[in-house]
Amino acid sequence: MIIVTSHDNIIIGLEIHVQLTKLKTKLFCSCSSKYRGAEPNTYVCPICIGLPGSLPVLNEKAVEFAMKLAIALGCKINKSMYFFRKNYFYPDLPKGFQITQYNKAGGKAFGDGGKVIIKKKSGKKEILLNRIHIEEDPGRLVHKGSIVSSPYTLVDYNRSGVCLIEIVTEPVINSPEEAREFLNQLKSIIQYCGIADLDLEGSVRVDANISIKGHARSEIKNINSFKEVQRALKWEIRRQKNFIKRNKLLKQETRHWDDSRRVTVGLRSKEFEKDYRYFPEQDLVPIELKKSYIEKIKNYLPEMPNARMKRFQNQYGLSEFDSEILVMDKDIADFYEEAVNSEKDFESKEYKLLCNWLKGDISRWLNLQNKKITDTDLTPIQVVNLVKLIEEGRITGKIAKSVIGDMMLGTPIKKILKQQGKKRIADEEKLSSICKKVIQENSEIIKDYKTNPRALEALIGKCMKETHGQADPKITRKLLLEYIEK
Amino acid sequence: MAYEIIDEIKREEITIEDVVQSTFENINKTEHKLHSFVNLYRTEALEKAKKLDNKLKNNEPVGDLYGLPLGVKDLICIKNKPVTCASNILEGFKPPYNATVITKLIEKSDGICIGSTNMDEFAMGSSTENSCYGETYNPWNLSCVPGGSSGGSGASVSGGQVLAALGSDTGGSIRCPASYCGVTGLKPTYGRVSRYGLIAYANSLDQIGPLTKCVYDAALLMELMAGFDEKDSTSVNLSVENYTKDLKNSIEGRKIGIPLEFFEKGLDKSVKTKVNDGIKILENLGAESVEMSFPHLEYTIPTYYLIAMSEASSNLARYDGLRYGKGPSDLSGDIFDVFSRTRGEQFGKEVRKRIIMGTYALSAGYYDMFYMKALKARTLIKNDFKKAFERCDVIVSPTMPTTAFKVGELIDDPLKMYLMDILTCPVNLAGLPAISIPCGFDNKDLPIGFQIIGNYFEEKTILNFGFELEQKLDIYKRSPPVIGGK
Repeated sequence: MIIVTSHDNIIIGLEIHVQLTKLKTKLFCSCSSKYRGAEPNTYVCPICIGLPGSLPVLNEKAVEFAMKLAIALGCKINKSMYFFRKNYFYPDLPKGFQITQYNKAGGKAFGDGGKVIIKKKSGKKEILLNRIHIEEDPGRLVHKGSIVSSPYTLVDYNRSGVCLIEIVTEPVINSPEEAREFLNQLKSIIQYCGIADLDLEGSVRVDANISIKGHARSEIKNINSFKEVQRALKWEIRRQKNFIKRNKLLKQETRHWDDSRRVTVGLRSKEFEKDYRYFPEQDLVPIELKKSYIEKIKNYLPEMPNARMKRFQNQYGLSEFDSEILVMDKDIADFYEEAVNSEKDFESKEYKLLCNWLKGDISRWLNLQNKKITDTDLTPIQVVNLVKLIEEGRITGKIAKSVIGDMMLGTPIKKILKQQGKKRIADEEKLSSICKKVIQENSEIIKDYKTNPRALEALIGKCMKETHGQADPKITRKLLLEYIEK
Repeated sequence: MAYEIIDEIKREEITIEDVVQSTFENINKTEHKLHSFVNLYRTEALEKAKKLDNKLKNNEPVGDLYGLPLGVKDLICIKNKPVTCASNILEGFKPPYNATVITKLIEKSDGICIGSTNMDEFAMGSSTENSCYGETYNPWNLSCVPGGSSGGSGASVSGGQVLAALGSDTGGSIRCPASYCGVTGLKPTYGRVSRYGLIAYANSLDQIGPLTKCVYDAALLMELMAGFDEKDSTSVNLSVENYTKDLKNSIEGRKIGIPLEFFEKGLDKSVKTKVNDGIKILENLGAESVEMSFPHLEYTIPTYYLIAMSEASSNLARYDGLRYGKGPSDLSGDIFDVFSRTRGEQFGKEVRKRIIMGTYALSAGYYDMFYMKALKARTLIKNDFKKAFERCDVIVSPTMPTTAFKVGELIDDPLKMYLMDILTCPVNLAGLPAISIPCGFDNKDLPIGFQIIGNYFEEKTILNFGFELEQKLDIYKRSPPVIGGK
C-alpha cells in the first residue's frame, strides 16, 4: 500500500452542484420545487417536462438567490445574465437540452472568480473559484434495486427544472482534507445566504477532477454528499499512486464513485471530448444586472461566517477556535446569540460556558441523532437555565450532562430535575456517611493512594456513583481527604 | 370577408350555426381537391356555434371574432386536440394547454376553431409537400403547390373554406403561401405575438400571424392576438394599437424604400412587372419612392438556413418517443438505440436533413465557422434594414421571386427551393414585420404577392400601405377556379 505522505503534487478541482432548496418554485416554471417524498411525476407542468410549444420563464427569486451567493463568495458579477443550451440526449432530460450558462462560444457565467478561505494547520489558504452559474436540474432515473439488476428504469420528472447553482473551483486544492474543509466552509456560506439546506437528500452533487502532477487526470462523477468527497478523493489518489508505482500509464478518464463499495469505477474512456453543442437559449431574454440591484441585495445579505467569527471573539470574548466552531453552523450560532443575549447578567464566564455546552454535549447529541438544532424542541432559555443552575451550585456538571437528552426533547430542565429528584447533595452529614462507606469498601484504592494521590479521583467517582452524580464534588473531595488522613 | 360575416352575425342576419354549417359544406366540396386540413372538428364547432348563438339571444357580451370560423396551422397547441406539426413523431399527442393565441382568439374573442391545417413537417419547407399527410394543392391551379410551410392555411382561405387562418412564419412560411394562393398574410414583428404554444422550428425567428382574404381582416386578427404575454419572455411589453382604425390613413408624402437587390436575380418577369405596377399605384396615392441598396442580401440564404437548422437541431431534440407521440416501434438495444430508431423512422427526410446539418453547424470546431459567422451576418442584415429605415417608412419588394411552381417540380432540387425564400427570410433575420398582399396574376393566372416590410412594431404602417394598395387594385375578392372563379 502507498502511504500518501506529501500532498504537494496532488491537484484537485471541484465542480459543485447545489440545489437552491429554499426556492419555492422551479427555475423556469411555477411548479413547486419541494418535490422530496412526492408521488413521482406529480410536480410537473408542460414547461418542466418540455412539452412541445412550452416556453421557459426565469424565476426572479432564483436570480436574487444566485446574486446573494455570488456576492458572498466575492465573485465578479457580469452585467447581464443570459442562458445557453447544453444539448445531449438522456431520458431524464425532457427537452433534449439543459438550460445552463457557459463560459465559451460567446457565453458567460453570471459570476466569475471569487474565493473561499479555509483553515489549515499551517495557516489559512484561499481556494480560488473559476466561476459560478445557474442551471436547471434534470429529472431522476429510478431503478428497482441496483442499477445493474433492475429489470427496468423509471423516470421521475419531479426534480426536472429545479434550480441548481454550479460552483467551479480552480485546480488549487492539494488534498482530500483541504477539499473537505473547503466544502464545509462553502456549505456554511450557503447556509448563511439562506438559499439552500444542503442536508436535504440529493441537494448536493460533486464532480472532482484529480491528478498527480505530471500524470493524466481523472474526473470522478456522482459524488452525492460533501462527506463522500473526501473519501472518494482518498481512494482515487491511492489508485493513481499505485498505478504510477507500478509504472502503468494513467489515462484521462471519467470515473464513477460507487458509494456502497466505496471505490471509483472507470466509465468508458474519454477518447474524445463529449460535444454538447452549447449555443444561446433564445427563448429567454438577457436579464440586465444593474448595480443598484446588486447593491440592494448586498445590503440585505446577512453577516457571513468570517465576520461573525471575529465579532464573537470581540463581543463574547471567545477564542478563535471556539467562535469558529460556533459560527460554522448558522443555526447553532443563532441559538447561541439568542441564549447569551436573553440573560443580562451573563458575562464572559457564562459566555464561555454556554459555548462549551453547545459545541460539546449538545452538538454531540445532535450528531448522534443526525439532527439539526432547529429540529429539536430545545430552546435557548433552557440552556441558559442549565448554565444558571450549575453556576448557582444547584446541580453538578454530571447531573447536567445526564439530563441533556431529555432537554433536547423539549422537557424543561427544572421539570426533569423535579421528576428525577436530582439535586446537588451538599449536606455534609449525608455525604459523610457515603464517604465512609466508600472508604470501607475500597481498601485497595486507599492503599494505592498512599503512593499515588490521583487515586482520590477514583474514590470521588465511587461516591458519585452512589449518589447518581448528585454529590457535590468539592465537598466530597474535602470529606474524603479528611477521612483518609484520619 | 371575415369582418362582414361577424357583422351579419351580430346583426342577427345569420346564425353562427348557419355559418359553421356552410363552412363545412364548402370544405366538403373542395377538401378532396385541396387537402388543406389534417383534422376537422365539425361536432365541437357546431356545439360551440350553438352556445355562441345563445349569447346574443341572452344579451350577453360577445367577442370581437364572434362566430368566425378559423383554421389553425397544425403546430399551434389547442387544449386536448391533436397537434402533430404534420409529423409522424407527434402522432397521438394532445397538449394539455392552449397556445396564447388560441386563448385570445378562440376563448376570449369567440372565434371557432374549425380544424387544423396542413403544413410542411415542423414548418420546414416552402411548398407543403413535406407533410406526413401528403401535399396540399393550390386553389388557383391544382397541379401547383400552395407554398409553405403554412400551405394548408393559405389554401383554405384562398379556396373559400375559411375566411381566416393562423400560420407561422420562420423564413416566409406565412407570406409564401399568401403570395402563391393570392391572399393576405402578415408576419408580425418578432415579439409582437406570443409564441407560447407554438411548436418551435427556429425559435429566434418564429412568429404566428394571420392569413386572410383582405387586409382589414388581417388587421382585426392582429389587434386581437398581439400583445405581451408573461408566458413568453421574448414577447414585448408594448401596447397594441388599433390596427383597423388606422387602415385608411393617407400615405401621401410617406416614403417607400425600394431595395434594388430585391429586384435582381431570379425574378419572374411578370412578378417584376406587377410589383412595379403596385409601386406606381402607391406613388399615385402620394407616396414617394426611394431607391436604396441592400448590400448583404446575398448572405441571407446561408445565414437563414444555418441559424434555422442549428436552432431546429436543438428544438427538435425533445422528440425521442419517450413521453408523448407515437413512441418507439421496437425496444431492442439500449436507450440511445431506441431514441435513434424512433427519430430515424418517424421524422421525415427534410426534417432529418435539417437536424443533421444543424447539429453539424453547432459542433465543436465548426461552431465559429458556421453558427457564429451566421450570427454576425445576421447583424449585417439587420443593419442594412436599419440604414434603410432611416430613409423610408416601408420597404417593398416581391414576396416570392416566382409564382407557384408545380407539385414535385423542386422536390429534388432543394437548393433552388431554398433560394425561393431569399426575399422573405431577411425579414425574419431582422425580426421585422411584413405583409404580403396579392397584386396581380401571371400569364398562367397564378397570383403574385407584393411584400411590404415595416420597421419594428410598425404593423400599423404596413397594414395601412397594404390596405391602400389592396383597395386600389381591387382584386382581392377574386375567387380561384376551384370554387368557380376565373
